Amino acid sequence: MSETVTEDEIRSHHDHLGHEVGRDVVIQIEQMNKWYGDFHVLRDVDLTVHRGERIVICGPSGSGKSTTIRCINRLEEHQQGRILVDGVELNNDVKNIEAIRREVGMVFQHFNLFPHLTVLENCVLAPIWVRKEPRKEAEERAMQLLERVKIPDQAKKYPGQLSGGQQQRVAIARSLCMQPKIMLFDEPTSALDPEMIKEVLDTMVTLAEEGMTMLCVTHEMGFAKTVADRVIFMDRGQIVEENEPHAFFNTPQNERTKLFLSQILAH
Amino acid sequence: MAVFELKEALPPPARSAGATGWIRANLLSSPLNIALTLLGAYLILTFLPPLLDWAIFSADFTGETQDACVSGGACWTFITNRLPFFTYGFYPEPERWRVNIGFLLLAAVMIPQFIEKIPGKQWIGLFGLTGLPILVAILLSGGIFGLESVPTDKWGGLMLTLVLAFVGIVGALPIGVVLALGRRSQMPIVRIVCTTFIELWRGVPLISVLFMASVMLPLFLPEGVSFDKLLRALIGITMFQSAYMAEVIRGGLQAIPRGQYEAASALGLGYWRSMGLIILPQALKLVIPGIVNTFISLFKDTTLVLIIGLFDILQTVNSSIVDPSWNNVATEGYVFAAFSFWVFCFSMSRYSQALERKLHTGHKR
Repeated sequence: MSETVTEDEIRSHHDHLGHEVGRDVVIQIEQMNKWYGDFHVLRDVDLTVHRGERIVICGPSGSGKSTTIRCINRLEEHQQGRILVDGVELNNDVKNIEAIRREVGMVFQHFNLFPHLTVLENCVLAPIWVRKEPRKEAEERAMQLLERVKIPDQAKKYPGQLSGGQQQRVAIARSLCMQPKIMLFDEPTSALDPEMIKEVLDTMVTLAEEGMTMLCVTHEMGFAKTVADRVIFMDRGQIVEENEPHAFFNTPQNERTKLFLSQILAH
Repeated sequence: MAVFELKEALPPPARSAGATGWIRANLLSSPLNIALTLLGAYLILTFLPPLLDWAIFSADFTGETQDACVSGGACWTFITNRLPFFTYGFYPEPERWRVNIGFLLLAAVMIPQFIEKIPGKQWIGLFGLTGLPILVAILLSGGIFGLESVPTDKWGGLMLTLVLAFVGIVGALPIGVVLALGRRSQMPIVRIVCTTFIELWRGVPLISVLFMASVMLPLFLPEGVSFDKLLRALIGITMFQSAYMAEVIRGGLQAIPRGQYEAASALGLGYWRSMGLIILPQALKLVIPGIVNTFISLFKDTTLVLIIGLFDILQTVNSSIVDPSWNNVATEGYVFAAFSFWVFCFSMSRYSQALERKLHTGHKR
């Protein structure tokens, strides 16, 4: 992996993405704070995400990047501050939480497919039970999405019979079946064998090309360079630096960012 | 440069396959194994022939009284003569067809569950857990639809054992699930209530539960209010076993990775749907051995109802053995009782193993 990226490299990728970031805000996080016991994990996090924007969040482990995106669909509860997702405020109101979870898809590091259900059943479960779609309709769309992640022939298999990369692509398809407006990726390639990382990243790039709003916690700097509109660097619960990828990788402002980049890009 | 060639897959060496291979590997693999094989053969040859001789070849099966038992082997005549008593207890003879229908209904529900491809067998099973107990209760106790009322103190034998075990099983599983979920609840009051319930019932012996149900409970009830002794025993057994069941199921719930809960939440599934569609199906499957273990011990624990004066199958055998018109039939009687229990418990065990195989979806690690 090269240590610097040329502007041309980024531009060429972005042209082919043909992306257009909308002006309307879909996620607004203001002064979010969170503690685990006495430990202050998130400190005054501010983040605004526009429709169609692709954001990569990176940082050392324990920096609060996963916790940040897990707060967006309330897998973690923030204790101070405000989170608005698509105009709905996240608070203790179960109705709001449910409404937001319907619009926000999430892909996990360890896939978290349901092992007792087939691939197809994994995909149609939430549309049928949460969105109350007729089974036939849900299955049709699930098959389309499985085709899009290039594994329609595995639909009748169980997750345990699939490779890691295939499982993660099923997990992406499962999230997409709910037709979310926003997709959260929590280190989607960290648990994969090197051979399988590419197939998952390709799927994510395709998704980005289609204009999905995406927040990705990842260590795949190649992905960040080619796909992200903005890269956010977090350390010890704070957003240290955020910038568009060219500036982020070539002229990092903060010492902590420079150190981090030199470490992960060095090898 | 050397060219890489994939080597052809070959069959395993002949000595490790086939009958000789099996005998070699399993019976004669080491000096100790050879010694154990010889010892096993010796024990079988010493004990099996006399046992078979007693139980089958020299045994008597027909006749009406002790006098028919002349061959010197087992006197199964005693069993065949007393079989109606062992099966129905004191249930009035002209009404026993109702019990038979009950047995048939039970078989009609159970047998399809053992057969692989029967359409709609889950609906048959669901009926077995809901409609069947009510239907059979009406059928056996009577009093409506022109059926003569048969008080429960006339019930006995195998029929009573099955009623106790079936109600215990059908009741303990759902109550156990609710208690297990309650004990893991975020809500403190629900958690405290469930934990207290489980620990109270689990902390006392079943015998004392039955004593309480039959002796103490009526003392606390207002004057003139009483309800059926069998019903009280059923409630006692169900509560007692559901406390055990709850802990078995809680073990399964704890084994489900947190990611499964998170994935269900992230997809927008609420608590009950996450539990019903994602968590419980996996948790229950994991603890099938534990659940069946509880069922089997429940089935055998039903014999304890003898201390509150109910005649289950073991007690019908017990009381027949002391009948002066039959001598020395204790062995036959107990062998019969043991065999009856074994048949049911072994069927449960086999069923659970088949279920585990069927539900195995290749995610075991």
